[in-house]
Amino acid sequence: MKNPLVALIAGILIGAGGLYFFLPYDPLTLGGGAAQVSSAGAGDGAERASAGETLRRVRNRGFVQCGVSQGLPGFSSPDERGNWSGIDVDFCRALAAAIFGDPDKVRFRPLSAKDRFTALQSGEIDILSRNTTWTMSRDTQLGFDFIGVTYYDGQSFMVRKAAGIKSARDLAGGTICTETGTTTELNVADYFRSRGLSYKVLSFEKNEEALVAYDRGRCDAYTTDASGLYAQRLKLTDADANMVLDDVISKEPLGPAVRQGDPQWEDIARWTLNALLNAEELGITSGNVDEMLESDNPRVRRLLGREGAYGEAVGLRADWAVHAIRAVGNYGQMFERNVGTETPLGIKRGLNALWSDGGVQYAPPVR
Amino acid sequence: MAMEDVTGRPSPKIGMRASPVVWARRNLFSSVGNTVLTLASLYLLWLAIPPVLDFTIFSAVWSGTTRDACLGPDKGACWPFIWANIGQFIYGRYPADEIWRVNVVFALGAVALVPALIPSAPAKRFNLIFLLIIYPLIALVLLAGDRPGLRPVPTSEWGGLLVTLVVALTGIVVSLPLGIVLALGRRSSMPAIRMLSVVFIEFWRGVPLITVLFMASVMLPLFLPEGMSPDNLLRCLVGVALFSSAYMAEVVRGGLQAIPAGQYEAARAVGLSYWRTMGLVVLPQALRHVIPGIVNTFIGLFKDTTLVLIVGIFDLLGQVRAQLSDPSWTVPQGALTAYVFAALVYWVFCFGMSQYSNFMERRLNTARER
Repeated sequence: MKNPLVALIAGILIGAGGLYFFLPYDPLTLGGGAAQVSSAGAGDGAERASAGETLRRVRNRGFVQCGVSQGLPGFSSPDERGNWSGIDVDFCRALAAAIFGDPDKVRFRPLSAKDRFTALQSGEIDILSRNTTWTMSRDTQLGFDFIGVTYYDGQSFMVRKAAGIKSARDLAGGTICTETGTTTELNVADYFRSRGLSYKVLSFEKNEEALVAYDRGRCDAYTTDASGLYAQRLKLTDADANMVLDDVISKEPLGPAVRQGDPQWEDIARWTLNALLNAEELGITSGNVDEMLESDNPRVRRLLGREGAYGEAVGLRADWAVHAIRAVGNYGQMFERNVGTETPLGIKRGLNALWSDGGVQYAPPVR
Repeated sequence: MAMEDVTGRPSPKIGMRASPVVWARRNLFSSVGNTVLTLASLYLLWLAIPPVLDFTIFSAVWSGTTRDACLGPDKGACWPFIWANIGQFIYGRYPADEIWRVNVVFALGAVALVPALIPSAPAKRFNLIFLLIIYPLIALVLLAGDRPGLRPVPTSEWGGLLVTLVVALTGIVVSLPLGIVLALGRRSSMPAIRMLSVVFIEFWRGVPLITVLFMASVMLPLFLPEGMSPDNLLRCLVGVALFSSAYMAEVVRGGLQAIPAGQYEAARAVGLSYWRTMGLVVLPQALRHVIPGIVNTFIGLFKDTTLVLIVGIFDLLGQVRAQLSDPSWTVPQGALTAYVFAALVYWVFCFGMSQYSNFMERRLNTARER
């Protein structure tokens, strides 16, 4: 630089820029802030999930880290503005509301089917709410606990309305489109063979191919999990000419899972779900929850924290359920908003109705 | 084709001057074999192009605000779906009121890149220092935040084209210098350095990128104590950069092999040190030889960035797929539309890179044109 003044100004500017860049935080722990570093410094990495540990960490961090799917209509999918919606997502919002009183204190981590379990094991997420089927091997061998069932799914069939097929038995002798090498294919085989019915299977490598084959009329039915069928139906050239059978030939209870070994966190998650179910049973909605606070019904009063100390017992405030219900509504509202008959998916309650309405959703009482 | 001069390339003079009919007769219908090939090619084009044009343009739905606009028989591509989600495709889930920061980064990058790409633009040295050192720091501060006055935006909220560009540009900017160093190391006479370079290069070339990303994203957190594991995107960036620098090293080494020993000896004879020999004599020639290979690696890298999708980072393609699951936009032709759009974006970037490399090659090789 020939001009010392220019050099001075440039030096000051560059120095100030450098100072700004390096001063406040380590840029590599993005969004982590001081809380993460201090908790790592305390050396509690070894005992992954001791009692109360998860809730303390979530509180320190300031939000719930929730593992969701990378996009499944009605369960977790981003809209045009990037807001996630769906049953799985709403459950995490309810959990965040129960803990912090604010449904937005949750971050969603989209996970593929492959890395979902590792993410939970390694503590990158606090809860896995990703349409995961509750099976014995997952519950017992992976070190998880499932905290309940948010959606009773099961394999079913999609058929053309014009074909006049009313139940899975009517498909005898027909051709069924499915994916190769999945349990879906095996379930179909089990179902038809155990009933001595003949059938033909046309299997494809990809879901999309199977759907196109069905759409072009190469097979009489297309089979996968019922929730998936309703979503796939929207991709058909004439969605309304097709219907999903009420018959279900396999059990796929989908539910959130948490790491084993932290009973308190497990209780929080389980009772958040139970609170939403109980709220529907007691007629509490996101709209009337504030009026219900004055209710005389002892069951309502216990759920909403007007009597007893149920929230405190799991390390939360007394009005934890009020916040959860205000945030996402009761279970029925959550269902109808995301997958119900008013949405493009148009799924009926079916098995997911309350036990009092002919379904199997049944929550233990708050007492 | 028939008209070739002695160098083996079609003679441009004849092709340029002749009228189209004469040109076609000479080049396309000069023999029975050529005529058959020409007709077969035309038939294949006739089979392929009209349906594509019909789907993407003529039958396509161009306006509408909901999925209902795209429903119905014989409807082509559903472009309203793309318009509605374009923000998601570019910025991912970056908070809406912070998007100006991404825009500033994009604009700053464009402003700095354009003069850097034009050979005759002034202040090249300052421009390059800004682009390669200062700009990435500014971009990091602006995008990640966590500074006074800037709200932190965790990388899990980055997405779309933003992530694609971040991953690709990091890979490109890091892999070239690192690759040159590795290539020099592999040809070094010092055994330790040579061994280290060989082991590094062969290790990274020997493992698939998917494995690297999986290890970085899924396995690493299991080894490290909780809270210690670095940011997910950062892990992928490091993986991609190391992976591509191994490839770059081999490309550069190819260029180094092509430099005759006389160049080294001459440089040494005039008293140049090792680094000056390399910097002033060998590398300028070597890199010029391998421009196509370097750009090839860049283009490959740009497209490989989509692999971060499998570790839960939403790049452009991942974001496109995620938006497909939005039930309020699920339409029969949605997937095809979205993939056409993604392909178009990738093509624009890759074609741009390859055209620029052609331009630079012609410019640098004027003395050697043959």
